[in-house]
Amino acid sequence: MAKKSTRDRMKNEINAGSMADIAFLLLIFFLVTTTIVEDKGITVKLPPWSEEEPDITKLKERNVFSVLVNAQNQILVRGELTRVRELKDLAKEFIANPSKREDMAEKPTMAIISLKNDRGTNYRTYLEVYNELKAAYNELWNELSLRKYGVPYTEEMPTAYKREIRGEIPLVISEAEPTNFGEE
Amino acid sequence: MSKFSKKRGKSDPEVSTASLPDIIFMLLFFFMVVTVLRDSELKVSVNTPFASELLKLEEKSLVNYLYIGRPVKKFQDVYGTKPRMQLGDKFADIAEIPLFLEKHKIKVPEAKRPRITSSLRVDGDVTMGIVQDVKTQLRKSGQLKVNYSAKKRPN
Repeated sequence: MAKKSTRDRMKNEINAGSMADIAFLLLIFFLVTTTIVEDKGITVKLPPWSEEEPDITKLKERNVFSVLVNAQNQILVRGELTRVRELKDLAKEFIANPSKREDMAEKPTMAIISLKNDRGTNYRTYLEVYNELKAAYNELWNELSLRKYGVPYTEEMPTAYKREIRGEIPLVISEAEPTNFGEE
Repeated sequence: MSKFSKKRGKSDPEVSTASLPDIIFMLLFFFMVVTVLRDSELKVSVNTPFASELLKLEEKSLVNYLYIGRPVKKFQDVYGTKPRMQLGDKFADIAEIPLFLEKHKIKVPEAKRPRITSSLRVDGDVTMGIVQDVKTQLRKSGQLKVNYSAKKRPN
């Protein structure tokens, strides 16, 4: 009993205790490296629907930055043909109006960006235009935030700061009912 | 006679189960690799455009997805090539949006309902007509938080 026979000693098994550890290591590796497709996009707030016609308020022309996109995906900014990549700087200059020009927004709170597209406009172009306009606001907010608080503007910053900044430069992108000239 | 019984006694009848976890984990990995996490099969082709001003959608349970694009090859015989909308796992009309939103809403706790977002996954080559109709219907249904799904623009 006390002395084991030679055969008993030979019958040795591989220790499977560490097997689980190895498997778990692999499992964790895969868990970490797997990228689940993230949902990202441009968030917008649509205006509530109302049956009655919106009352026409006469706005000063200098406060309105009109952007028209036609069915050929051409962009008209304040009557001039423009390319997408110029849009952001134009919008920024219009809202901030650093040189106090007569034909640009009196102050950022009064600036209105009016966006109008055709039913035949490509969605890609529409989103690019919207993206540039949003980028203009984001950059302005960022600059203001750096100036006032010394931190860049992020979604995670304190709500009070954010509200202050958004109050000073409110996001106003007004979308008109699209025209219908070029729908497929 | 005695020779045979002796041989039987010598051999070990048990099968080693030490390799069982390996086999199981191999299966697990196989399934992990081949599984694509998607709640519904896409019947329209959606290739979202690129953008830079992106926001992440936080809680998946608060998001409902509306797909707009041209039907994939398989469905073109039946549905043609005009852009269509897909809700859940089937083609749908614009008029079905309110019911779709309501079905999603009842699954969400009441306190979180104001934070429900509609994610519009729209193909870049679709014209604005159908998108506009969807947007109008969303506004009529009181679903005002909308996210235009887009990909990060590579620098």
